[in-house]
Amino acid sequence: MMAQAVNQPMSQTAMRGKLNSAELNAGQRLAVKYFSVAIILFGAQILFGLLAGLQYLMPEFLYNVLDFNVNRMVHINAMIVWMLYGFIGSVYWLVEDESGTELVGAKLANLAFWVLTAAVTVVVIVYLLVQTGPGEQKSLWLINEGREYIEAPRWADFGIVAVVLVFFYNVAATFMKGRWSGISGVLVLDLIALAGLYLAGMFYSPNISMDQYWWWWVIHMWVEATWEVLVGCIMAWGLIKTLGARRKIVTTWLYIEVALMFGSGILGLGHHYFWIGTPEYWLSIGGFFSALEPIPLVAMVVHAVYDSGVHRFKNSNHPALAWLIAHAFGNFFGAGVWGFMHTLPQINLYTHGTQWSASHGHLAFFGAYATINIAMFYIAIQKWRGDVFMGAGIRHAWRWKWALALLNIGVVGMTVALLVSGYEQSFVERALQGSTWAGYFEAQRGEWFVQGMFWRQIFGYVTAAGTLLLVWDLITIGKGETRPAEKPTEHQAQAQAA
Amino acid sequence: MSKTPWWADENVWRKTAIWVTALMLVALILLTFDSVAKITAGSDRVPAYSVINHRIYYKMDNDRNMQVPVIGGQAPLFGTVLSEEQAQAMVSKGKMTVQAKNCMNCHTLLGNGAYYAPDLTKAWLDQGWGAEAVREQLMVNFLLDPEANARGYGTTRKMPDLDITEEEARAIIAFLKWMSAIDTNGFPRNFKPIAQEGE
Repeated sequence: MMAQAVNQPMSQTAMRGKLNSAELNAGQRLAVKYFSVAIILFGAQILFGLLAGLQYLMPEFLYNVLDFNVNRMVHINAMIVWMLYGFIGSVYWLVEDESGTELVGAKLANLAFWVLTAAVTVVVIVYLLVQTGPGEQKSLWLINEGREYIEAPRWADFGIVAVVLVFFYNVAATFMKGRWSGISGVLVLDLIALAGLYLAGMFYSPNISMDQYWWWWVIHMWVEATWEVLVGCIMAWGLIKTLGARRKIVTTWLYIEVALMFGSGILGLGHHYFWIGTPEYWLSIGGFFSALEPIPLVAMVVHAVYDSGVHRFKNSNHPALAWLIAHAFGNFFGAGVWGFMHTLPQINLYTHGTQWSASHGHLAFFGAYATINIAMFYIAIQKWRGDVFMGAGIRHAWRWKWALALLNIGVVGMTVALLVSGYEQSFVERALQGSTWAGYFEAQRGEWFVQGMFWRQIFGYVTAAGTLLLVWDLITIGKGETRPAEKPTEHQAQAQAA
Repeated sequence: MSKTPWWADENVWRKTAIWVTALMLVALILLTFDSVAKITAGSDRVPAYSVINHRIYYKMDNDRNMQVPVIGGQAPLFGTVLSEEQAQAMVSKGKMTVQAKNCMNCHTLLGNGAYYAPDLTKAWLDQGWGAEAVREQLMVNFLLDPEANARGYGTTRKMPDLDITEEEARAIIAFLKWMSAIDTNGFPRNFKPIAQEGE
């Protein structure tokens, strides 16, 4: 249905309430393609997460068919890739608006989209059907690299780099042709770092310490630094669009966030260097700087809530603003509070590599990144349907509200359940049993551990229900709506404050 | 409209963002030069690959308040003393197999990975292998047929059959033995190793 809509003729421009790509600029037409694939991969993430979660409760389930390592790999890879698709889509969505000019090289960008999507499809099929290979280089080049989060085989790495270069060229060249702004300046510099860092994960070393040292450059510098700044840019733009927030205020906040985020996050990398063979000074450096990492996230909450309050929550897109607020709080709690809880080496010594990390990972990735991508999906669908009304009193509003509620309850429920299991595991396996294999399994058998895993699965189903409802809502919201979108206006109070 | 105070000024924060980022980046790069030298195989913290020719012990270091690895006398893996090059080739084969078999999406290595199966950091020294004399053979048997030799300790969880060859199994064990000699700043805390000769 969506694919057909892309080809609708220009004559339907005036038809509000129907998907109409003539409403979109070239960057936005590309963005909705990225968003569509992102949603499919989001579904895959949830599906394979449920399978992996079930295997904790029923280890015989799909044993030797679709083993835990395969399900878990697809679960986390689908997540990383749908988030990247969401980010690329978001940037393409805003680039023409922000630069005030047409996208440079739309054809090349379109080709890159199809190349990337074909590559992702092949990688996933190989993950599922071939799964593992012999202990030779060719397995790492063709099947999977066996390195958590960046398992994609080496051939795909080169494809990803090529596509990211096209993306970067398009975005940077468009801003160069048009106008620069604070948001676009930060965005382009951040994209250079984001793309460059991926190279740190593209080599083989027999030395596991060296391997993990550079592997963390990719993982940490993405999710705890460059991705955070990227969503900071998207948030800044989103607040201008939905609330009508003043650009000067938003940009100043963005600079503050960049200073705090990179100020804490770059050396915060050290909290991954406690136990991998790296020198002891990382215990102090990593502990100190990672303890500061929540501060920019507090700034983001203050910023989002303050701006919303100043505008009395008057906005052009209720679901999008709700998800932007969910992002601010989710990022703070998931990345900030849950990360801080076990970032000091004295605590991390017992929690590193337990379900604590899983608890933190679930809330952080959802809170920081899933939420803001979903907000962008709502901004996109509003315009794609002919810039329709999406304020109070929208039809079937229960769908987006329940999707929001179920997804948040589901993820928070999983997070708390995993934390209970994590506590039990760190006490029993680590503190009491000295981390032997017998100690590991004693913890895994423990009643509280098993209960945590059970409730994680229940809340996984809640999350899945929320995802289905979200997809249904995104497909149907604004359908047949004839009222035009409310335009955000600068609130008087804010003008006075400024 | 009153003048914007300096702490709310856009330009002040733009410059701050640039300087803070640059400063942190320079600090990270300098630290990286030092760390990379200290984790190169053959350094004090990350041993040479030929450590697999030796017995590996852990002892409490009261100054550092943590257990530290101690390299003991000759105890060649599978009874064969290897040169540094041969040892590196074997450990590398093991590491590559660990990657190709996607071990990290069930196990953790140095605490990183998935949490469905035990940490492998000190798997070589785990008490679960019983006696030192039978450890190597038990490990080979387990890797070749993990289902028949399942070690679930009262759970029904077991490792799948990953088509590991005997050569790969031996290489994995070499990699695990080498990894167990890395100085991990006392992680995991309070680890209780297998009883070994000479302790």
